[in-house]
Amino acid sequence: MASRAQLSFDRPENHTLVVRISGSWRVADGVPGPSEIQAQLEPGPPIGRVQFDTQNLQAWDTGLLIFLRKLQDQFANRQIEVDASGLPDGARRLLNLAAAVPEKKDTGKGVTRTSFLPMIGEEVIRAVVSTAEMVRFVGEATIAMGAFLRGKASYRRSDLMLIIEECGAQALPIVSLISFLVGLILAFVGAVQLLQFGAQIYVANLVGIAMTRELAGIMTGIIMAGRTGAAFAAQLGTMTVNEEIDALKTLGVSPMEFLVLPRMLALILMMPLLCLYADLVGIIGGLIVGVGMTDITFAQYVNQTIEGVGLNHIVLGVVKSVFFGVLVALSGCLRGMQSGRSASAVGVAATSAVVTAIVFIIVTDAVCAVVTNIIGV
Amino acid sequence: MVVNATEQEAHITVKNLTMAYGDFVIQRDLNFTVNHGDVFIIMGGSGCGKSTLMRHLIGLKSPTKGQVLYGDQDFWAAELDEQQRMMRNFGVLYQSGALWSSLTLAENVGLPLGEYTDLSPSDIREVVSLKLALVGLAGFEEFYPSEISGGMQKRAGLARAMALDPDILFFDEPSAGLDPISARLLDDLILELRDSLGATVVAVTHELASIFTIGNNSVFLDPETRTMIAVGNPRTLRDESKDARVRRFLTRGESDLPTA
Ligand SMILES: Nc1ncnc2c1ncn2[C@@H]1O[C@H](COP(=O)(O)OP(=O)(O)OP(=O)(O)O)[C@@H](O)[C@H]1O
Ligand SMILES: [Mg+2]
Repeated sequence: MASRAQLSFDRPENHTLVVRISGSWRVADGVPGPSEIQAQLEPGPPIGRVQFDTQNLQAWDTGLLIFLRKLQDQFANRQIEVDASGLPDGARRLLNLAAAVPEKKDTGKGVTRTSFLPMIGEEVIRAVVSTAEMVRFVGEATIAMGAFLRGKASYRRSDLMLIIEECGAQALPIVSLISFLVGLILAFVGAVQLLQFGAQIYVANLVGIAMTRELAGIMTGIIMAGRTGAAFAAQLGTMTVNEEIDALKTLGVSPMEFLVLPRMLALILMMPLLCLYADLVGIIGGLIVGVGMTDITFAQYVNQTIEGVGLNHIVLGVVKSVFFGVLVALSGCLRGMQSGRSASAVGVAATSAVVTAIVFIIVTDAVCAVVTNIIGV
Repeated sequence: MVVNATEQEAHITVKNLTMAYGDFVIQRDLNFTVNHGDVFIIMGGSGCGKSTLMRHLIGLKSPTKGQVLYGDQDFWAAELDEQQRMMRNFGVLYQSGALWSSLTLAENVGLPLGEYTDLSPSDIREVVSLKLALVGLAGFEEFYPSEISGGMQKRAGLARAMALDPDILFFDEPSAGLDPISARLLDDLILELRDSLGATVVAVTHELASIFTIGNNSVFLDPETRTMIAVGNPRTLRDESKDARVRRFLTRGESDLPTA
C-alpha cells in the first residue's frame, strides 16, 4: 500500500530550499495545498533557489502536477529560481507541455463585475434588442406568408403534411383528455352553486359558453405550445447547431419559407379544427356531470346548450384559436432560430418558446375579452 | 501545375477585412486575392479563425470592417436579392457536414436542384446518384444522415455542395474524419472539379499532404498577432518563407529543430 502524500522541507544552505515529496500523490487520495510552502517561505533569510527531492515518491498523477503548478506560480511571483531536475521525468515534461501555449488573454471572457445601475441599463438594452428581433421576425414571417399566397413560396409539401399530422391527429388524445376534464370540472363547480336556487339547467349554458368562447381555444393553445411549440424550437435549434440553417441560407433558400412557413400553415389549419373538437368534447364532459348530478335529462341538456350557445361564441373562439396557432408557431420558430450553438442552448430555446407562446396567448385573450366586450360580440 | 497568378482574373478579393465576435477581434487587416481556377487554402492553427473567415466569404457573417469583393462587386454592400444571387454560385461544405437531418441523402443533394433548375424528378434522381457516386456513396440514396458515419456525412455534404456545379466551392476541413485513401481520392476529386468545371476552390485544411497536392495559393492566419502573416503558394512558403512560424507549420514543426 502506498502511504499518504507527505511533504517536508530542508535547508542545506541558507538560500536553498529543498522540498521533499514522498508517499502517494494522487488526486483521489488528496494532496496538501501550497499553504505549507508559504509557511516555509515567510521566516528566515530570503530563498533564492528551490530544489526537489522525490526519491521516496511512490505514485503520482494529476494531483502532483496541480500542486507543482501552484508552487511554480508562487515562486515566480517571488522571483525564486526553480530547479526542476529533482522531479520525475514525466512530471517535468507534462509541466513543460502545459506551459508551452501561453494562456489566451483578452478573449472577452473575463469575469466583469458590473454594478447595479449599468446592469439595469444592459437589461433594458437587451429587452429593446429582443423586441426588435421579434418584430423583425414577425415581419419576415408575414412576407413569407405573402409569398405563399402568391404561390411563390419554396417549401416542401411533404414537410407540411408531416407537420400537419404531428400537430393535428397526434394531438387529439391529449386535447380530448384535457377538454373533457375541463368541461367536467366546470359543470361540477357550476352545478353545486346553481342547485342551491334550482337553476341547475343553466349548467348547460355555463359549460357551453365558457368552453366555446374561451376555454377550448386557450386550452388547446396551451397544449399546442407545450407540445408543438417546444418541438418546433428544439427542431430548429438543433438545425442551428448543425449549421443546417446556414446551409439553407447559402443556397439562397429562405429558412422563413422553407422551415417557418409550413409550421405556421400547419397550425393555422389545425388549430381551429382542434378548437371545435375541444368545444364538443368539453360540452360532453359537462353533459355527463349535468345529467348525472342533477335531475336534468339528456334531451333537456342538449336543447339548453343549443339554445344558450350562440354562433357568435363559437366563431369568436375559433377565430381566436387561429391567432393562438400563429403565436405558438412563431414563438417556437423564433426561439429555435435564435438558439445558441450548444445542446443546453437548444433546451433553453424550447423552454423559452413555451413561455413566450403562453404569455402571448393569455395577453391576446385578455385583449380580445376587453375588445369584444366593448363592441358587444 | 504552375499557375501564374498575375495573368489571371481575380475572383474573390478581400480588402482590409476585420472579423470580430462582439468586441473580441478574431483577425484584422486581411488582404488577399483568390483568382479564377485557384485552389486557395486557408490555413493556420486551431481556433485562429479559419471557419470564421469562411463564414465571412460565404455571406453568413458580416465584417466588422473591410470588404469582400466577388469580381468587382462588393458582397456586403449589395442588396439582399443580389447577395442571394451571388450565393447561388457557391457550393459550401461545412465543418460539421450540415446535412438536413430530416431529409435522406438523395433529398439533401436533390433539394438545390429542385429549387434552382427545371429538371424533372427523374433527371434529378440521375444527377443525385451521379454526385453521390462521385464521392463514393452510390447506393446510399435512401439513408438518413443519422444512419451514416461521420466521414460519410462529410462526403455526402460534398456531394450536396457540388449539386449545382457552382463557380466557387468552399470546403471547411474536407478531409477531416476520412481515412488516408479516401482523403487522397477527395484531393483528386477537388482537382478534377477545378479542371473540368473551371471552379474556384477555397478550402480550410490542416492536412499538409492535401495542402501541397491541391493548393496553389494560400493565406496563413496567425492567432497571436491576429492577422495574416503569409500569402502565396504553400510549397513556396514552405521552402522560402522568411517567417519561422509559417515554415514550422508547413513542416510539422521540424524546421525549428536545426534553427532552435
Ligand atoms: N459564436 C462565437 N462567439 C464568440 N466567439 C466565437 C464564436 N465562434 C467562434 N468563436 C471564436 O472565434 C475563434 C475562431 O473560431 P473558428 O471556428 O473560426 O476557428 P478555426 O480556425 O476554424 O478552428 P478549427 O481549426 O479548430 O476549426 C475561436 O477563438 C473561437 O473562440
Ligand atoms: Mg473550423
